[in-house]
Amino acid sequence: MPKKNSRSSPPKKRIAELKLNEERCKDCGICVAFCPAKVLGQKETGEVYIKDEEKCTLCGNCEIYCPDFAITVKEAGGNDEI
Amino acid sequence: MKSLREEFLRTNKLPHIWCPGCGNGIVTAALVRAIGKVGFEQKDVAVVSGIGCSSRAAGYLNFNTLHTTHGRALAFATGLKLAQPGLKVFVVMGDGDATAIGGNHFIHAARRNIDLNAIIINNHIYGMTGGQHSPLTPEGKKATTAPEGTLEREFNILELAVSAGATYGARGTAAQPRLLEKLIVGASQNEGFSVVEAMSTCPVSYGRRNRLGSAVDMLKDIKQRSVSVEKLETKAETTRPRRDIAEEGAEEEGETHDKQEEVIPVGVIFSRPAPEFVERYYRGLNKEKEGKEGKEEKEGQVES
Ligand SMILES: Cc1ncc(C[n+]2csc(CCOP(=O)(O)OP(=O)(O)O)c2C)c(N)n1
Ligand code: SF4
Ligand code: SF4
Ligand code: SF4
Ligand SMILES: [Mg+2]
Repeated sequence: MPKKNSRSSPPKKRIAELKLNEERCKDCGICVAFCPAKVLGQKETGEVYIKDEEKCTLCGNCEIYCPDFAITVKEAGGNDEI
Repeated sequence: MKSLREEFLRTNKLPHIWCPGCGNGIVTAALVRAIGKVGFEQKDVAVVSGIGCSSRAAGYLNFNTLHTTHGRALAFATGLKLAQPGLKVFVVMGDGDATAIGGNHFIHAARRNIDLNAIIINNHIYGMTGGQHSPLTPEGKKATTAPEGTLEREFNILELAVSAGATYGARGTAAQPRLLEKLIVGASQNEGFSVVEAMSTCPVSYGRRNRLGSAVDMLKDIKQRSVSVEKLETKAETTRPRRDIAEEGAEEEGETHDKQEEVIPVGVIFSRPAPEFVERYYRGLNKEKEGKEGKEEKEGQVES
């Protein structure tokens, strides 16, 4: 598990690992609406996608608000508990 | 994964049947996280449900599960808990399930103070059957059976619970899943009958008819109206239907039910421990048994 302070040093390090399970996702848009960092987007067709993973603050909102157990977030490199 | 443990889900049954954006899934996820947090083992947990969209939750959860009949979840759960007192029993019910057809089971389970955790997913409507009003449909809201808005006043489910004898009552919402999770943890730690009203959203059978917008709009509206009980000034405010608070200053016809005016008190509404039923039942049985054995052994002796 990487130490907290290791996050600050390399500028473009991938800190969040988001997984969107397309089979389960129903494109309701709830995760998009409750993401404070605009990481998630919704296309004109309605399709929800991960737009900008780098901006993710690991707040966990998308995961806890998703009604379909379809999106998960964890710290890149392993830590499950955020 | 954070704390929703996939092994607690029957992943082969997913995607689930609920409509896009339905609050049932948010509440179910909060329940799963709460069980994980308390640290119960899968084999020690039972989830009992009735019939309705919300009751489908039992089918997606990888514990001991009983998907029973409409309104009777608490009756099945009562039998289960008495037969297997070691089980941690969560009873997932819809608002119709728990307070209309199952209303009697509800008050008597509360009266007994039996150690069950009732999670009432209150979406204010009979979702599964297309939108008939339930005892928790707010006065004035529309349903297929109340096209002009229901004339009936809704129950305040936690007031009902506390006066019937429940020992823990909390209100959370699908719009604040972290709080809901905490309240479910609190319920599972109370030895006695616990009620968590999980206010939820049915964008399809309720939202559309009442022009409440999308699933996201409905959640945002609930979130905006939710106020922690600790912030409300008087006890009366926390237990009375939100309408009483709402009505002041909203006299105009049609405005009484303006969604912005209604406050939803959230948090632990009451917690007042009392002797638990199953415990007392077995204590009584043991005493009786001891009494009998004692008599057989010491025939003729006088008990002190
Ligand atoms: C004995 C019986 N009466 C009526 C029904 C029809 N029925 C199925 S679900 C339901 C109401 C569902 O509403 P609620 O309990 O609020 O659950 P929701 O679908 O909203 O989650 C009714 C009346 C039934 N299945 N069994
Ligand atoms: S909240 Fe879940 S189901 Fe809804 S769009 Fe996001 S990932 Fe898909
Ligand atoms: S964890 Fe928070 S910041 Fe990251 S994508 Fe999810 S909602 Fe957005
Ligand atoms: S009808 Fe309502 S309660 Fe039932 S699954 Fe659809 S949105 Fe959910
Ligand atoms: Mg309902």
